Amino acid sequence: MAVAVSIPSSLLPLRVEGLVKRFGELTAVNGITLELQSGECLGLLGPNGAGKSTLIRSIVGRIIPDAGTVSVFGDPADSAGARMALGWVPQELALYPKLTCRENLESFGQFHGLRRDELKTAVDWCLDWAALTDRADEPVQHLSGGMKRRLNMAAGLIHRPKVILMDEPTVGVDPQARNRIFEMIENLRGEGVSMIYTTHYMEEAERLCDRIAIIDHGRIIALGTKDELVRNAFASRSEVLARFAKTDDSVAAWVKERGGILENGIARFTIDHATEITGLLDSAVSAGHELADISLRKPNLESVFLQLTGRELRD
Amino acid sequence: MPIVRTALIALRRDRGALALSFILPIGFFSIFAVIFGGQRDTTPKVSVLVVDEDHSAASESLVRGLEREGSLSVKRRPVSKQGAEQPEYTAATAEAALKGGTAPVALIIPSGYGKNPISFGAPQPNQPTIQLLKDSSDMIAPQVIAGLLQKVAMTSMPDIMAEQGSKYLDEYAGGFTPEQKRRIDAGLEELRKRESAESSGQEAAPADSNRGMPIPVTTRDVVGENKNNKMVSFYAAAIGVMFLLFTASGAGGSLLDEAESGTLDRVLSSHVTMGTLLAGKLCYCVLLAFSQLVLMFTWAWLVFKVDFLGHIPGFVVMGLSTAFAVGAFGMVLASICRTRAQLGPLSTLVILLMSSIGGSMFPRYFMSEAMQKAGLLTINAWAIDGFTKVFWRDEPISHLWPQVLVLLAVGIVLCAIARRLARRWEYS
Repeated sequence: MAVAVSIPSSLLPLRVEGLVKRFGELTAVNGITLELQSGECLGLLGPNGAGKSTLIRSIVGRIIPDAGTVSVFGDPADSAGARMALGWVPQELALYPKLTCRENLESFGQFHGLRRDELKTAVDWCLDWAALTDRADEPVQHLSGGMKRRLNMAAGLIHRPKVILMDEPTVGVDPQARNRIFEMIENLRGEGVSMIYTTHYMEEAERLCDRIAIIDHGRIIALGTKDELVRNAFASRSEVLARFAKTDDSVAAWVKERGGILENGIARFTIDHATEITGLLDSAVSAGHELADISLRKPNLESVFLQLTGRELRD
Repeated sequence: MPIVRTALIALRRDRGALALSFILPIGFFSIFAVIFGGQRDTTPKVSVLVVDEDHSAASESLVRGLEREGSLSVKRRPVSKQGAEQPEYTAATAEAALKGGTAPVALIIPSGYGKNPISFGAPQPNQPTIQLLKDSSDMIAPQVIAGLLQKVAMTSMPDIMAEQGSKYLDEYAGGFTPEQKRRIDAGLEELRKRESAESSGQEAAPADSNRGMPIPVTTRDVVGENKNNKMVSFYAAAIGVMFLLFTASGAGGSLLDEAESGTLDRVLSSHVTMGTLLAGKLCYCVLLAFSQLVLMFTWAWLVFKVDFLGHIPGFVVMGLSTAFAVGAFGMVLASICRTRAQLGPLSTLVILLMSSIGGSMFPRYFMSEAMQKAGLLTINAWAIDGFTKVFWRDEPISHLWPQVLVLLAVGIVLCAIARRLARRWEYS
């Protein structure tokens, strides 16, 4: 029989317990508890407005929660030790546009209390990591969007934190620049840092994260590895996607009757065996619904989210 | 039409901009209307120190006449201290008070004045004449006093006028014999010559510009008499302070830029606290403002020959005090506003209002007493007064304590307000 071993909180890079944050009537974070293991990348996956950024800002001390605690290696989040251990990459481009890349990094390094000798090493490392060494003396306002994003990330790492909080670092970035950012994060992971990565892109969470917490309406509704999440939601079942030539109320009623979910003109059904597709097809034909196409696939994180919330991830 | 509609909707949604567009101009206009429109009932009074060394009937009549003038505020002794009446001004104490800025003009009625109080034509040799001591920084008051002095002489001393007239008649006419007629003609000719010489600029003694008036007056500058350019140092301070306020508001506005871009959040997530951040911004504002003042006075020294190098210690004391108050003012403005868009118009309105009543646009002695008192609610007035003491009155640094104290106190209070208002950025 397996015995659960609790890790001392002083060894845990990050521990959030019972965190609640309300803005008036809106409860943005509703009792979230999570632990970040050493060297782990934990993805926070959820649609816009799910409470991801509020959770991150609470951890980094920019929001005072109404309830709950945050500790970093056992220290309260607002302690000097925690501040030094935490690195935050905000969603916004929080940079000084008129300063150069180097000057920005130097400024943020000084704000974190780096000494002069530490500062030079850290700035050079950041410029190299963000592949901005050749643009080091360029004012930020003259950089491309992707470069600004990379510098924005580097500025959050200038003090070489052990725990990194990345809040949707690929927002507004084209696919090529996004791939560059993924490589940067993978390089960073190779150095053994612990990381929380928020996104509403399923493929980012799947590629970068060891575990994924699915957040909706301020709550974690599922937590685990991708396989665990899929297995818990679907077991060994598969997903059938069916698109109809014409979608109307009668189609919606038929999908509901068959236990499926209709979203954006596509009906989703879960089946235990592939042979069940024949039954679905026969039923659609007898009900007079013309199918445009039908496919069978293994469920993914988006399927999990839909299964758990009844909504698509990008709603 | 769609463009107009879109702009109107955007304006309606931005309550701050809406208020600035319609409510603030009305408020600003109303403030000016109240302040300047009310001057009709509060005619500015000119302060004058009067020293009667003669104590004759004529001199006392003259002083009483001056005291009855509604537009004058005659002071014969300093303000009572702790209920104890101070001794009357003497020529020396009045001059010292004038140098200290108590009043812009002093009249010294010399001993022996009463023997021959009024002259028609040139004063007699060795005739004691009234001395008008003036502070040249006030260009209006000495002229007002000089004119009113003559008016008072004509209206408040009828007996003396008659007596003097008969004396002159006796001296020059005496029954209008041919000889008398000749002397009158000669006298008139002399007057004509003098008039002609004065009008062609040949008069060599501007200090005796009241020659020919019933009461001869000798005018003397006791403040600013050796200055190269009388008003330049005043305007260097006045304009300088106004632009310092604009600079500080712009520098403080960087807080709003950082808040809007998210940089402020990132900074505050580091070791930097809001207190440290505000202190850093304040230091930057003070440094910037002080540099501006240095530049302004260096320019005044190089181009307009203001004696900057001779007043460096006083300048540093006043410059740093002013820069501190102004920097804190910039912090408060930025902390009050939610966006840059709000800061622009609000700071312009507040700074123009402060500058107009605080003496940056025109000297405060042009204003009514009430307005001059209202001006003391502004940073401009205290800063200008301090710089005037340094550059105009050549006063020692120790005399700057009221201005320095007020500016530092204002700065500290504004800093505390800014710190309180900045709590909204500290945490969500």
